[in-house]
Amino acid sequence: MSDQKSLIHLPLEAVHEEAGARFGAFAGWRMPLTYPAGVMKEHQHTREEAGLFDISHMRIFEVKGSGAVDFLNRACPLDAAALETGQSKYTLLLNDQAGIIDDLIVTRLGTDRFYIVANAGNAQKDEAQFKSIAKDFDVTFEKVERVLLALQGPAAEDVLVNAGLDLSDLTFMTAVEPRENWFAARSGYTGEDGFEIALPADEAQRFVSSILADERAMWIGLAARDSLRLEAGLCLHGQDLDENTDPVSAALLWAIPKSVREDGNFVGAEAFRRIRAEGAKEKRVGLKPDSRQPVRSGAPLMDEDGNSIGRVTSGGFGPSVGHPVSMGYVAKPLAEIGNKVFAEVRGNRIPMEIVSPIFSPHRYRKG
Amino acid sequence: MSKTYFTEDHEWLKVEGETATIGITDYAQEQLGDLVFVELPETGKALSKGDTCVVVESVKAASDVYAPADGEVTEVNNAVESDPALVNSAPTGEGWLWKMKLSDTSQLEGLMDEEAYKAHIA
Repeated sequence: MSDQKSLIHLPLEAVHEEAGARFGAFAGWRMPLTYPAGVMKEHQHTREEAGLFDISHMRIFEVKGSGAVDFLNRACPLDAAALETGQSKYTLLLNDQAGIIDDLIVTRLGTDRFYIVANAGNAQKDEAQFKSIAKDFDVTFEKVERVLLALQGPAAEDVLVNAGLDLSDLTFMTAVEPRENWFAARSGYTGEDGFEIALPADEAQRFVSSILADERAMWIGLAARDSLRLEAGLCLHGQDLDENTDPVSAALLWAIPKSVREDGNFVGAEAFRRIRAEGAKEKRVGLKPDSRQPVRSGAPLMDEDGNSIGRVTSGGFGPSVGHPVSMGYVAKPLAEIGNKVFAEVRGNRIPMEIVSPIFSPHRYRKG
Repeated sequence: MSKTYFTEDHEWLKVEGETATIGITDYAQEQLGDLVFVELPETGKALSKGDTCVVVESVKAASDVYAPADGEVTEVNNAVESDPALVNSAPTGEGWLWKMKLSDTSQLEGLMDEEAYKAHIA
């Protein structure tokens, strides 16, 4: 068990206590894992109505200055100039070997101003890398202290309208600053339509009350956040992505614009192009166990003859799809949809089919 | 005439003569959250105290359920295999896990009664 005293506390911790949250340690934070409804109901409620998540552990950075575009093009495999004001983009922070230090969302808020949302567990590493790159550019790079909430699910837009925040003009991966020091994006990590809203801590409790006044909205913990993102085929850095995986093997090429793949001068570009030319040795895939038994992170994968061919990086039960779901890496020639592999769990050999990692279809509100 | 015992690992045993019916406590199911898979032993399996006998899996994690005493598995509750949620809804009733014939009933002496268990989880 981690030392609860050394954990960082959410600004709204008392609100979660009041809601009956069960807490656990995640990335150095004391986070609500589940509420009294339980992970299964919380998961399904998010897919059917609207789930409210406190994701204030995630780190927001602001980049400002005339060199902001060039800085971001160097720091990430991104075409920052091509982003319109109010447009968000999923991108990566790579090391020199094109290993994935973190996955991020970058949003352009003005000609020379961007927000970056980073994972809690990588925030310090990200900050160090960004700051060392920032020295060469005319930019300021700063942390932004906010409460960060996500409201996800088909009723999210409507619940926000009732709470006095009309974001119905936004489409998936666009953002606005609806109030002073507020930031709202139509994005999330559940596969559902929804929003992520950053706001000052002293305004957060009132805003949360106004959302929860709508009976379609309820608190959702980190456990359901994990099962929701896994069903949607979205990667969790630290499990499905890390510094030993690269964008090619992680099947994240879609996140890198074509022109950037060819000519971008981002950190890790040389290694990235070498991997592309030589071909990745393995590929991230979805895995569907032919069993009721969940196959979780760490389970080794084998071919029919028992040869090691990969590993499961995330796995659990998918409450919406009604069966266990996994994600993992499989050696390249075998990593084809429809192929059968075997996982070993407690001495049992469980057949798994390679499938698309998107078990639950995305329901984003595209333009 | 039966007597119910509790272990520090949050199992209950309902003992009648030399036969014990075993499950996890309400406290344990609440800690684990919604169960999605239960792996039961084969009937006839010989168990030593502390052996992993059953694995219960929640959405998030797998947890072992240990043999609370030496003996042999005489019956398993197949109903929880097809409907793991029974362990959440009725952990001390329909959600029982297995029955075993105890080979040494004196091992029960070290276990808790209900009152002691309530104090243990308080």
